[in-house]
Amino acid sequence: MHRAPHITGYLTEHCEDDAYATLAGFRERGGYATAEQVLCRQSPQQVIDTLRESGLQGRGGAGFGTGQKWSFMPEREAERPHYLVCNADESEPGSFKDRLLMERAPHLLLEGILIAAFTIRAEKTFLYVRGEYGEAFRSLERAIEEARQGGVFGQRSLGSAFAHEVVLVRGAGAYICGEETALLESLEGKRGMPRLKPPYPAECGAFGMPTTVNNVETLCHVPHIVEKGVAWFRSFGTEESPGTTLFGVSGHIERPGLYELPLGTPLDEIVFEHAGGVPNGRKLKAVIPGGVSMAVLPAGQLDVPMTNEFLRERQTGLGTGGVIVMDDTTCMVRTACVISHFFRDESCGQCTQCREGTGWINRIVQRIERGGGRLEDLAILKDLCGTLEGQTVCAFADAAAWPVRALLRHFVQDFQSHIFEARCPFPGSFEL
Amino acid sequence: MVIEHALRARIDAEISRFPERRGGLLGALHRVQQELGSVSLEASLELAEIFEVFPVEIQELVRFYNLFHDTPRGRYPVNVCTGLPCALRGANELLRRLAAHLGVRVGDTTADGRICLGREECLGACANSPMMRIGDRYHEDLDFERARDILDALE
Repeated sequence: MHRAPHITGYLTEHCEDDAYATLAGFRERGGYATAEQVLCRQSPQQVIDTLRESGLQGRGGAGFGTGQKWSFMPEREAERPHYLVCNADESEPGSFKDRLLMERAPHLLLEGILIAAFTIRAEKTFLYVRGEYGEAFRSLERAIEEARQGGVFGQRSLGSAFAHEVVLVRGAGAYICGEETALLESLEGKRGMPRLKPPYPAECGAFGMPTTVNNVETLCHVPHIVEKGVAWFRSFGTEESPGTTLFGVSGHIERPGLYELPLGTPLDEIVFEHAGGVPNGRKLKAVIPGGVSMAVLPAGQLDVPMTNEFLRERQTGLGTGGVIVMDDTTCMVRTACVISHFFRDESCGQCTQCREGTGWINRIVQRIERGGGRLEDLAILKDLCGTLEGQTVCAFADAAAWPVRALLRHFVQDFQSHIFEARCPFPGSFEL
Repeated sequence: MVIEHALRARIDAEISRFPERRGGLLGALHRVQQELGSVSLEASLELAEIFEVFPVEIQELVRFYNLFHDTPRGRYPVNVCTGLPCALRGANELLRRLAAHLGVRVGDTTADGRICLGREECLGACANSPMMRIGDRYHEDLDFERARDILDALE
């Protein structure tokens, strides 16, 4: 079972409370009152306006405006049902926040789903959970059944005229299915190979119908925003990036875990003050701020507020908020080996550059690590990164190139010393 | 026939949840593997008929998705997470020592068919590393001794 966050906020304040995962316990704490109010008294346009004014950005990695995304859905036509898809395929290495919300706050997610589905006039939600997340799946299964029996969903959801049904779907182990169009393919019983866009899901999504895809955490913010208002939500975070988020801190860190903090909290405050810094008297070497797809930052560059607008200036991004901490024993070539192995394994194989390039990068960094590196390897690696970036159907290839490029940018001396000494000069580093 | 009546009924229930027949395919594969231990060639052929697709399309899915396999694994599939956060905290050392303890190579099944030892990259338990997944259950905050004792207790 997932541990409660070290610092809680509005999303996670009841996560330690077992009753919160039950329908009765959730209702006792005010749950479903907001959805009921929306379904019975508001129009979809009102909800879209609220979400737009709130400035909520999607928490699944891309950071797209949620209200804006919902506004892309077309008018409802008789023969074309609308679908909501909840992307619960959390698989970014370093990211473990959605798992907590699904295991410990399943009804909060379902309330967000209901409000979102009403707003985009969807008759069904497909809730696609990563296959490895057995406990989250069972928690949602129980919550959906309880909600259905309790009249939350059905022909008259929460006593309103809105008919809705949630279909729980279990993934089967493929990182790429976190990419929204790959997820749609998977939902249709196919291999998770991303689609070319356009058409976008709002036009042609699940089973060819207008579809909106939202991340778990994103949907969990929605009931709070609608209940407490835009001004309240904007009292957290920055002008461009309002609200709290769940930062997951892992790696060489004193207090690993989740921290619900306002967006814009400085990275050094998260690492040193909240999470207690690097243990065992070691010094910090580097931090990846948002899961392995994001560029690494060296120890001296942590004085940056955690939002996309500020991290962009340091050539990295917020990603999924997975903060991975590395101490001064860490070999950055080994880090490159682990990250590039992941992308090599998970490339769907559809685009040549990605299928071949991810493996090529991995083979080169492994050879460098084993002492067989050549100076020209560094130029080849950079060249390969350029071949991957912006050249493929989806952003996976960019995510594979970006961390390697950043490791070369900030830690080229680690690579060079491997090549000059023809061995790994970090014998105390983590084992490969 | 390997897909018997009860299993077929569960597959039909999966299909009924989707607007198109094929939507039920992932769920059907989960059901088949759960009941039969793997998605064998025979099961693939029968699934192809049920879903009105070519048999190769079923096999493509089995090969694409990590959680499906076409030959039976051990009674207990054990996967140590070796994603970056776990690797930083000794996951590969744990995996190496467990393999030595069981006398298998990573990816292989013990001779008695008890345990198939594998690796996965990031199971979303980064704050409680190293960790391993046995079937549907997570075992977190491990060291070698704890992990070994958990494996030794499996029947």
